[in-house]
Amino acid sequence: MTDAAQLLAALGTVRDPELDEPVTDLGFVSSCTVSADGVADVRLRLPTYFCAPNFAFLMVADAYDAVSGVDGVRRTEVVLEDHFASETINDGVAARSGFVQSFDGEAVAELDELRADFLRKAVLAGTDRVCRPLLAAGRTTDDLAELTLADVPPSADLDRLRSRRRELGLPAEDESPLLVEATSGVAVGVQALPLHLRKARLTRVSLDANSGVCRGMLHARYGGTTGHGQNQTEEESA
Amino acid sequence: MYEKDGEKYFVVDSHMHHWDASPENWVKGHEQYAKGWIECFHAYQGLGPPETHWTIEHFQKASEEDLMKNVFEDGHVDVAIFQSTYLKEWYADGFNTAEQNAALADKHPGKFIVNGRWDPREGDGGLKQLEEDAARWNLKGVKLYTAEWKDDSRGWTLKDPEAYRFLQKSQELGIKNIHVHKGPTIWPLDKDAFDVSDVDHAATDFPELNFIVEHVGLPRIEDFCFMATQEPNVYAGLSVVVGGLMHARPRFFAKVMGELLFWVGEDKMTFGSDYSIWEPKWQVEGLVDWNYPSDEYSDYPEVTTATKKKILGLNAAKLYDIEVPADCQLQDGLGDAARQDNAELVEDRAGASV
Repeated sequence: MTDAAQLLAALGTVRDPELDEPVTDLGFVSSCTVSADGVADVRLRLPTYFCAPNFAFLMVADAYDAVSGVDGVRRTEVVLEDHFASETINDGVAARSGFVQSFDGEAVAELDELRADFLRKAVLAGTDRVCRPLLAAGRTTDDLAELTLADVPPSADLDRLRSRRRELGLPAEDESPLLVEATSGVAVGVQALPLHLRKARLTRVSLDANSGVCRGMLHARYGGTTGHGQNQTEEESA
Repeated sequence: MYEKDGEKYFVVDSHMHHWDASPENWVKGHEQYAKGWIECFHAYQGLGPPETHWTIEHFQKASEEDLMKNVFEDGHVDVAIFQSTYLKEWYADGFNTAEQNAALADKHPGKFIVNGRWDPREGDGGLKQLEEDAARWNLKGVKLYTAEWKDDSRGWTLKDPEAYRFLQKSQELGIKNIHVHKGPTIWPLDKDAFDVSDVDHAATDFPELNFIVEHVGLPRIEDFCFMATQEPNVYAGLSVVVGGLMHARPRFFAKVMGELLFWVGEDKMTFGSDYSIWEPKWQVEGLVDWNYPSDEYSDYPEVTTATKKKILGLNAAKLYDIEVPADCQLQDGLGDAARQDNAELVEDRAGASV
């Protein structure tokens, strides 16, 4: 029989595309159950009533796909609660309509390009996460231009960076350069490197600050109640 | 004016409001939006120190006495700039209109500056209204809310040709300070609605205007910084940065400030409390006491007393031609050194980005 832990594991693969973190860690899963006959019911909540509907749509649709793929789930219901576009998004996802059809007359394109834009930001932020410890350990910025992914000691941050690069179709093999432009995949040259690293750091600061604000808003909105599968660690890690 | 350790800080609150979001002012049939909006703002207040939190009823509508006490008597503010915000699709008499704000400003001479607003979707009628507003209130600035709903429209951008007519008119009328605010925004639905590239275009095409990007483009600080570093007339409005991060996320606050000081520079950052989301008192006092928490931040620009004086009031005083008492001004030479450092950094960046 399927249990809620399996659903939560599946939901752990669904990310907020803007913050690049799992919806479970962020506390967005307010409820998650599965009946004996395989009907999965997931409720999602967001930090504000006016959170961007395009990102909200992606999360609800991704959650629907992830939960539907769990062994033994026969039927899936994913409901976004307390949002100005809840009805449109929930109905659209349930009917497998796609974004343009769900927001009939208000949108002209599906959200693939938007998602790719934010994956590129995730790659830049991830570059800072991986490079900062190397610089702290005494590597110079010039050294970094010479490194491949295999030269970097294994870490969760490195795995995450490789996985995001793979999703974007950027080089992510052992022999691929550590530093590549997030749009073209071309290696970053020594001259362009200081600015590239500055931008990577700025992008990470921005994502971390947004994530901090979103967590704080969710906490204030829902009286501090914990989401299912929420990461309890203090998010202000360096 | 705030005084600490013998230093006097002239405080301009360059982004604040006095709104009415009480249920009596909700538009019939749109109650859920009016309610959702103010509850969202109220959750932001939750990011400030617990002793400064208000009940939702108080938050929906503060009194005039609250305003004067919170901002001037307790809050150390010398001059406060009303950023008029209409939102008439949801609030019957408006959220806080220039007319309501001007009535308060008239009652308390010298305390307030009233900024107007415009909306390119109002066309010729809007241009005429802007002329009248400018004459009536001697406008030096406007607040633009690109996320505002109007009929079927869910927002607009500064790149719209209609918006250019209003920017042109603002320039003619001597309205030189354009405060731009993106969020919470949802349009265009299939793109990144928080994108700040429209400000970039407008700032290049209207070099005589100053563009103060409120909330430093949050949640797109990185896009804002890349843009602001290349546009001499783009400023970082710190409302929400101080209120939303300084208490709740002090380490991220330090990093965001460090990035802003690096990319934008201390001469182009302006304090705003975003009252009545947050009261200015704890923000002003906290900012004066603030510095980077550890050596980990050593590659960010230095923060000096001059830096704080500029951010808290002197930069905005320049934008709005506000007279600053002699004992609150920077002593000769102080602050120039920082300016020089930053100028070199900006040149480095400009060189590196071409």
